[in-house]
Amino acid sequence: MSDKKTATPVELLTFELSDQEYSLDIMCVREIRGWTRATPLPHAPSYMKGVINLRGTVLPVMDLAERLGLPVRDKTERNVIIVVKHDDIMTGLLVDAVSDIIALTEEDLQPPPDSTSGQGPSVIKSLTLIDDRMIRVLDLSHIVNTLRSDAA
Amino acid sequence: MTSPDPMAEIRASFFIECEELLEAMQDELQVMDDGADDTETINIVFRAVHSIKGGAGAFGLEPLVRFAHRYETVLDQVRSGHLTVEPDLLKLFFRAADHLSDLVRACRDELDMPDAEGQAILTELNKHVTEDETEADEEIDFQPLGLALDFDLPDLPDLDATPDNSSPQSGFRITFAPEPEMFETGNDAVPILRALCDMGDCKVTCHTEKIPTLVELAPETPYLWWTIDLHTQAHKDEVTSVFEFVEGLCSLTISSLNDGMTTGETLPSLLELETPAPDSELLPITEEPLAPPIVERKVSTPPPTAAKSVVRVDLDRIERLVNLVGELVINQAMLAQSLESSGLSPHSDAMNGLEEFQRLTRDIQDSVMMIRAQPVKSLFQRMSRIVREASAAVGKDVRLITEGETTEVDKTVIERLADPLTHMIRNAVDHGLENTQDRAAAGKPAEGQVRLTAAHRSGRVIIEVSDDGGGIDRPSVMQIAIDKGLIPADSALSESEIDNLLFLPGFSTAGTVSDLSGRGVGMDVVRTSIQSLGGRISISSNRGEGTTFSISLPLTLAVLDGMVVKVADETLVLPLNVVAETLTLSAENLDEIQPGFNVVRVRGGFVPLFDLGLQLGYRERRDSYVDSAALLITQEDGTRAALIVDEIQDQRQVVIKGLDDGFYRAPGIAAATILGDGQIALILDPSDIIAQASTDIMPAPALQKQEA
Repeated sequence: MSDKKTATPVELLTFELSDQEYSLDIMCVREIRGWTRATPLPHAPSYMKGVINLRGTVLPVMDLAERLGLPVRDKTERNVIIVVKHDDIMTGLLVDAVSDIIALTEEDLQPPPDSTSGQGPSVIKSLTLIDDRMIRVLDLSHIVNTLRSDAA
Repeated sequence: MTSPDPMAEIRASFFIECEELLEAMQDELQVMDDGADDTETINIVFRAVHSIKGGAGAFGLEPLVRFAHRYETVLDQVRSGHLTVEPDLLKLFFRAADHLSDLVRACRDELDMPDAEGQAILTELNKHVTEDETEADEEIDFQPLGLALDFDLPDLPDLDATPDNSSPQSGFRITFAPEPEMFETGNDAVPILRALCDMGDCKVTCHTEKIPTLVELAPETPYLWWTIDLHTQAHKDEVTSVFEFVEGLCSLTISSLNDGMTTGETLPSLLELETPAPDSELLPITEEPLAPPIVERKVSTPPPTAAKSVVRVDLDRIERLVNLVGELVINQAMLAQSLESSGLSPHSDAMNGLEEFQRLTRDIQDSVMMIRAQPVKSLFQRMSRIVREASAAVGKDVRLITEGETTEVDKTVIERLADPLTHMIRNAVDHGLENTQDRAAAGKPAEGQVRLTAAHRSGRVIIEVSDDGGGIDRPSVMQIAIDKGLIPADSALSESEIDNLLFLPGFSTAGTVSDLSGRGVGMDVVRTSIQSLGGRISISSNRGEGTTFSISLPLTLAVLDGMVVKVADETLVLPLNVVAETLTLSAENLDEIQPGFNVVRVRGGFVPLFDLGLQLGYRERRDSYVDSAALLITQEDGTRAALIVDEIQDQRQVVIKGLDDGFYRAPGIAAATILGDGQIALILDPSDIIAQASTDIMPAPALQKQEA
């Protein structure tokens, strides 16, 4: 967001969560993989699905819909885990389906209206319109960090 | 400094070199302390200090150079027989060695050194140096100027009276014949000859008679040799120093032209020439300061300890290798599982191959773990310093005896063991040993003993710290615990239970809080750090005879012998070392104390029983546990509990995978591992689970204290 005049290109990975469209900056996405059974962690919050084996590393996975307080859908084979890296911590986010990768510029992103920031820090960083559909851009730090402070 | 800087790399390797030298030096000082020294012992110490000084000079580390120089001077006097090593002097040497290693570390980390200690040692060192020497020290100059060295030649008559550099114009006849190795190591004769010519009037004769015919000529063999008549004012040592880099790589004689006396020797024995300075000498010392320490070492390593060839490897690379081997083990398990489930005959080629593969994998795994293993020697050496400092602080005479220094332990374990061990050693010196009067009264030798031993025992490492002091004063331990409210006043505890009170948080036995120990960081911290390494600590003590703390550690932190169990369809792993036995619950041995709290009878004793599935929140309480399997868990403090599982599957080695603590810390879970089917299984921390379960069910004060 340094210079508004030179349009900074942004690429977003969009995905579905309970019939809503969300997206993440593609730079923090490491990989996308199919759903495998996760080993549950005892006494973990319900959105923590557990840990899976990501080529030898233990990767914690959370259900993003549940994390955001959206209605939880039945799991289908379209469900995927988006592996993201934030602050050197790898996390798996379980989403309903991955849709697309879209290329935009910073100008296409609008900050969310003030009202949403009423209840605590917003997980929505910005909004954008693609083919008349509203796409929410998630702020990863709020999703991952809040969880860490919860646990602490 | 950034890493690509070549100087930084050289610097780093200099400091690594220093660590080795300091270690060698400690070894030899210890030998002297044990009274088993010979002339070579002091030589090794001297050379170590000298090499450090040389390297430090090259990097401009002034304080280090200054200190090392004084130290070296005194050592030199010992070498020359001007000083004899009294116990007091030896203590000073130890202190100086400690200070030297402090200085090295300070220089490495670019920290400031408080100089009080250094000054104190210097002052004391100076007492052993004669006047002239001390003054001369003030003008240490490490430029490689052509100043005369104050070394004597061993074969000169009457060393102290007239060193031969007093003759204004002396000369030398040098014969110089390179050996093949000289060229192989990248040295050349020309610069040497040129350097000689720079020193004075030089007449070089090249002898070519050894050159064979062209047919026989081997291009890599040197055939030329030289005779050089050198007229110079320079001292003989200066001349020999020209050949410093080719010592042992050529045959060389240097004889004086004046009196015709042959003082030449082949250079491998050049070190003997470096005999100490006589008192009368006063010139600033210029000892090839810019010579890289490596050269020095080459000379200083005595042939008997034919140096094992060692490769220094970045720890990251080893980590990577360890991780990869972990992957390999997991993959092999997966392969084995899929082959087995494919219904192949156990005698098929594939199954035979798999067996071979499994054997190889285990061998590789063991070898890789060995790479990380290091002898505990370096750790023990640090402890000998702790003993010296601690005993000086409390005014006790203490000797540290170490055994099993070559025992190898995982590097990480060694690093993380330093703090607890330091604490235990200090405790042993401060609390364990009686003061001198009491020892005399008890008929013990005045010098107290602290024994530090390491040994491998049944796949674990046992490290013991024992003292020959008064032993644990159990009534007083008991009283303190009661006074501090750690146990109820009417508790009846067994001896070992009393001993274990020492591990309770907030316990400190010393009547007075001394500088040394008892600063509130008690044995509970020691125990916690040992436990975090997967180890156990126990005490045994005999009144009047001493106390022994025994630490038992796993060989490595990367692999764990585990018991694989199933609970509510989840596969879990328990560390095998806590599982004492497996039980089958039946109506006869199962008793309910209160609703929801069961005990199982094991050979007449009652052991609390907890349902693992319930504790982990995997399932609801069951109505009856008859016919369930249970594992009897023995904890570090000797308390027992039984955990109910659905199925006991296997005993197997598992590769430990850390869980990211920053993310979510699951209670009762120590780590995770990957099973043969690629699924993750959690490794449990039974103590944590039992503590949790006990407080849930039975908030009885005594028990809560125990578990807290």
